[in-house]
Amino acid sequence: MTNEFWSMGGYARYVWPCYGIAGAVLAWNLWAAGRYLAAAKLRAARALAMASSEAR
Amino acid sequence: MWTWFYKLASPPYVYGVAAALRLWLFGAAALAMGYGLIAGLAIAPPDYQQGEAFRMIYVHVPGAILSLTVYTVMAAASAVALIWRIKVGHAVAAASAPIGASFALLALVTGSLWGKPMWGTYWAWDPRLTSELILLFLYVGVMSLRSAFEDPLRGDRAAALLAVVGVVNVPIVHFSVVWWNSLHQGATIVRIGAPKMPGSMLWPLLSMWLGFMLFFGAVLCMRLQAEVLNRERQASWVREAIKS
Repeated sequence: MTNEFWSMGGYARYVWPCYGIAGAVLAWNLWAAGRYLAAAKLRAARALAMASSEAR
Repeated sequence: MWTWFYKLASPPYVYGVAAALRLWLFGAAALAMGYGLIAGLAIAPPDYQQGEAFRMIYVHVPGAILSLTVYTVMAAASAVALIWRIKVGHAVAAASAPIGASFALLALVTGSLWGKPMWGTYWAWDPRLTSELILLFLYVGVMSLRSAFEDPLRGDRAAALLAVVGVVNVPIVHFSVVWWNSLHQGATIVRIGAPKMPGSMLWPLLSMWLGFMLFFGAVLCMRLQAEVLNRERQASWVREAIKS
């Protein structure tokens, strides 16, 4: 049963890369969005710090 | 009646809603994709013609539908931004573009992997494949155009214009299998009349579709927060927002 599942009826070399690439795209979206948001928060914090130091 | 629409034009309101929604959307997406994955890979019966190879449908079709849906969202947000001069519209469009491009690429690569055992080739200049490739180029064009201008406002407007003009490609991708002779099979679920699949194959597909949509919503919320922050850096509400 297990071997039968992994072999995907002889189509394993097409089916599993398909799911691997889908997983990679989902993971990239998550990682890139997280990084982008963290960078935006950092830039906004720097801009606010600069604005308050100029006000003083 | 229009209060909600006006609220959506407010950057702090949109930032707050996106921050509150994103975890719920991720949770719901994980549940829907978890069921779709297990049922699609292990429970659904093999196809009578394609055998186990048909299981590629559970990532290919949701990816392809999402690539069209995201483009439509991007074009609608761009139109709103151009017509009513609502900045949040540009932020939604900018946040959508990289997500849509990644799913257009996913649809092309998984379609190519499915094409080899079924058609005997990874690629053919078929109407469906070619129009989907044009969709990917449109996404890349919109992103490139936005970053090509020193003035971000001009970049936003130019990208919005291209996004709105390019939306003509969305029905072309969808109906390409009807309008022209195509190697690609016809619509399976997004069609007039009942879907062409039995329930045991269809439910996992609908669940994966829902999961991909919810995932898009969650990632859009994260990117939208970032786009709003980038555009409102000097605003007073940002200080409180970035603390949370």
